[in-house]
Amino acid sequence: MKRASILALTASLLCANAFAAKDSISIVGSSTVFPFSKVVAERYGKSTQFKTPTVESTGTGGGFKEFCKGTDIATPDITNASRRIKQSEFDQCKANGVTDIVEVLIGYDGIVLANSLEAKQVKLSRKQIFLALAEKVPATDGSEKLIDNPYQKWSDIDKSLPDVKIRVLGPPPSSGTRDAFVELAMEGGCSAFPWIKAMKKSDKDRFKEVCHIMREDGAFQEAGENDNLIVQKLAADPNALGIFGFSFLDQNSDKVQPSLIDGEEPTFETIADGSYPVSRPLYFYVKKAHVGVVPGIAEYLAEFTHERAWGDEGYLTDKGMIPLSEEKRETIGARVKNLEILTKL
Amino acid sequence: MNKISTTEQVQRSLKKRYRAEKRFRMYGVTSIVIGLLALLLLFTEIISKGVGAFKQHYVSLEINFDADDLGLDADLFTFFDAVREDYGNKLHSELKIADQHATMAEALSEFEAQAQRDFGMTVIDALQAREQQLADANFTGIIRNSLRERFPSVKSRRDRRALYSLVSVGASFDLRDRVNADASLIGTTQKLWLLADDDLDTYVKSLNDSEPFIGRLKENQVEFISSWLEKNEIDARFNTIFFTSGDSSEPEQAGILGAVMGTFFTLLVTLILSFPVGVAAAIYLEEYATKNKFTDFIEVNINNLAAVPSVIFGLLGLAIFLNFFGMTRSVPLVGGMVLTLMTLPTIIISSRAAITSVPPSIREAALGMGASRMQTILHHVLPLAMPGMLTGAIIGMARALGETAPLLMIGMVAFIAEVPSSWNDAATVLPVQIYLWADSPERAFVERTSAAIMVLLAFLIMMNGLAIYLRKRLERRW
Repeated sequence: MKRASILALTASLLCANAFAAKDSISIVGSSTVFPFSKVVAERYGKSTQFKTPTVESTGTGGGFKEFCKGTDIATPDITNASRRIKQSEFDQCKANGVTDIVEVLIGYDGIVLANSLEAKQVKLSRKQIFLALAEKVPATDGSEKLIDNPYQKWSDIDKSLPDVKIRVLGPPPSSGTRDAFVELAMEGGCSAFPWIKAMKKSDKDRFKEVCHIMREDGAFQEAGENDNLIVQKLAADPNALGIFGFSFLDQNSDKVQPSLIDGEEPTFETIADGSYPVSRPLYFYVKKAHVGVVPGIAEYLAEFTHERAWGDEGYLTDKGMIPLSEEKRETIGARVKNLEILTKL
Repeated sequence: MNKISTTEQVQRSLKKRYRAEKRFRMYGVTSIVIGLLALLLLFTEIISKGVGAFKQHYVSLEINFDADDLGLDADLFTFFDAVREDYGNKLHSELKIADQHATMAEALSEFEAQAQRDFGMTVIDALQAREQQLADANFTGIIRNSLRERFPSVKSRRDRRALYSLVSVGASFDLRDRVNADASLIGTTQKLWLLADDDLDTYVKSLNDSEPFIGRLKENQVEFISSWLEKNEIDARFNTIFFTSGDSSEPEQAGILGAVMGTFFTLLVTLILSFPVGVAAAIYLEEYATKNKFTDFIEVNINNLAAVPSVIFGLLGLAIFLNFFGMTRSVPLVGGMVLTLMTLPTIIISSRAAITSVPPSIREAALGMGASRMQTILHHVLPLAMPGMLTGAIIGMARALGETAPLLMIGMVAFIAEVPSSWNDAATVLPVQIYLWADSPERAFVERTSAAIMVLLAFLIMMNGLAIYLRKRLERRW
C-alpha cells in the first residue's frame, strides 16, 4: 500500500515535471566565460523580477552539443564559448532545427605564462615557447627535418634564457584554455619557421600535427582543469612555469608574475588592443526560438550588453574580462537588440 | 651428543617469540597512529583555512536616504507601510506578484479612496508605482555619496572608483530591503554597517599575519582601509550570509544554504526511492526466491553494480532521464533518481545481510504459530532486521552525500544563486559547491571552500553518528 502510493506519487511528479513550463533561463558552455556569465546572471536576478538563470560550466564543445540538440524548451537557451562556433557545430544546430542563433562577442581573455614571484620574470618569444613544448621540433642544424625535442633546459634553446630545467604546468586537452594556448602560442611559434608555415597551405593536417602536439617527456605536465591548483604548484616550485587564464593572474598577483611574450606583458591594455599575442575572443550564443518563450532572455541580453557590465569600467572587467572597443560594443549591442541571427560563419 | 630438552628449547626461543609478538602489536599501533595523524593534519588544514569564513567585515558609513537622490516618493512608501500594518507582511509579499493584483484589488478597496486622493491613481497602480520606484532607486548612488563625504580629498575618477569598490555590491540590495521594510528611513541619515568587499575582508583578516595579503588592492585603497581601521569603522561580525544565502559570484555574498537545501531535496528523493525498493528486493531475494542460476546471476550483478564508478550512473541518468524521458536538467528530482541507482546495490546488500542475521528459529516459531509468510516477514523478520537495514541505508546515503561525478552529467554542477524550494527547482549539492568554489579565482573563496568542507564533514559525522545510534538503540541480541 505504502509502496504503491509512493510509486504513484513519483509517476505523477514525473509527468508534471516533463511538461512544466521553464521559468528561468538555462545557460551552458565554456568554463572561461562561466565566471562572467554568472556575475551577469546574479545581478540580473537581483535587479529584475525574473529568476536567476542557471549557469553550467560544461566546456565550449559540451555547451554546443547540448545547445544544438533542438529547440525543445528543456534544451539550454544560451551557450557560452571561448571561441567562435565551428562550421560543424553550426551545421549540427541547423540539422536539429536550431536555425536562428544570435551571436554575441562579449570581450577577450588573455592566456598567460607565469612563474613564482621568487624567481626572475621570464621573457619568451612564441618561437621559444614552441621549441620548449612541442613534441617534435626542427633539427638544430637548421635543416628542414623534425626531430624529437632535444631541449632539456631553457638555456639550451637560447643563451639568454635561465639555466633551469624546462617544466611547464598546463591544462589538459579538454580545456578551452589549452585549445587557445595551442592555437595562439604554439601555432604562432611554429609559424616562425617558414617551411613549417608553408605546410599550412600544402598539408594542413601535417601542420597541425607538428604545431599542436605537446611533448610528453615530463617537461610539459598536465595539471588538471583547476587553475588555482596550478597557481599553488607554481608558488611551491619557483622553477616551474604555468599556463592559465588572465583572471587568475589578476587575483594572485601576490604569488605569481606573468612572463613577457614577444616582449609584451599581459595587462588589460595590451590584451584589449591586441598587442599581447596570446588572447582569445569570448562569445555567447542565444537560441532565438526561446526568446519570448522562456521569460527574461531579452532582459538578460540587455544586462549583459549594458555599459555597466561589459563597458570599459563595467563589473565584468573587475572579474578579469578584457572589454571590446567602444565601436564594437555599439555595433554588437545594436545587433543584439534587434536579435540579428547568424546566417553563416 | 648435545641433546636439549623441549622445555629448554622453548625457553630459549621464548624471548624471540615475545619480541615478535611485541613487534606485531607495534605494527598495529603504528598504523593507527599514522591514520590519526593524517586525520589530524586534514582537520587542522581545513579548520585553520576555513575558520576565517565564519567572520565577515563590515564598514560603518553615514548613509543619507535622500528622497531626491534615490528617486523615491516618501508619501507613497509611508502609505503602503500603513497598508501593510493592517494586512501583515504576508499580504505585502504576495502583492508583488502581478497575477494576484486583481484579487488584491478587492482586499485593498478600503484604501482606494485614500490612494485616489493622495496620489491620483488606483491603489494597485500606486503599488506598482512603488515597486517600480524601488527597483529603479539609485542605492549605489547614496553609498557613493557617503563614501565621498567620508574621504573628501579623493577627487580623480580613478581613485573614486577604487574607493567605491571597497563596499560590496550587495550593500545596495541591503539598503533596498531596509527601505522596503521601513519607509520612515527615507529622508533620514543613518549610521549603518555595510557589507565590505571581499578584497577588503581578506586584507583585514590577514593583517595579523607576517605579511598581509594585499592582492588586488591598490595603495590608496590600503590607505582608505587604514583610515577606517583607525576610527574603528571596520568591524568583524559573524558571517550569517554564509548560512542564509545561495551561491554568488561575489565571495562576500556567497552562502551554502542553496547547496544544503539542494542536498536535502536530492537525498530525500534518493531515500524515498531507494529504501523501499532496496528493502523489497532484499526481502524477495532472501525470503521468497529459490536458489537457482537466475538468482545467482542477479546476485552477482548486484555485487558488481555496487563497485561501478559513480560517473557511469550519471551517464545512465543523462541517457534515460534527460534524453529519453525529457526531464529537466539540474533538478534534485533527477539527481536523486541517479543517486538512487547508485545507492540501491549498497542498500540491497546490507538489507540482505540484515535479514540473513535474523535467526531461522524466529521464522519457524512464527510459521509454527500459524502466521502466513507475509505476516512472518512484516511482524517478525523486518522489525528485527530494521537496525541493520537502516544502518546500510544511512551509510548509502552518506556516500550519496559526497558524490559529484554522477551529478555532473545531469547538469547539477552549475551556478545556481537561488535557494531551491522544491525538488523541481534547479539546485546544486554541497560537494559540487565545494568544487565550484575551489575552482574560482577569487582568493576569498579559499576560506569559504574550507568552511563548506567543514559543513559537509559535520553532516557526514552526523549521519554516521545516527547510524551508530540507531544500531545501538534498536539492536537486539539473542
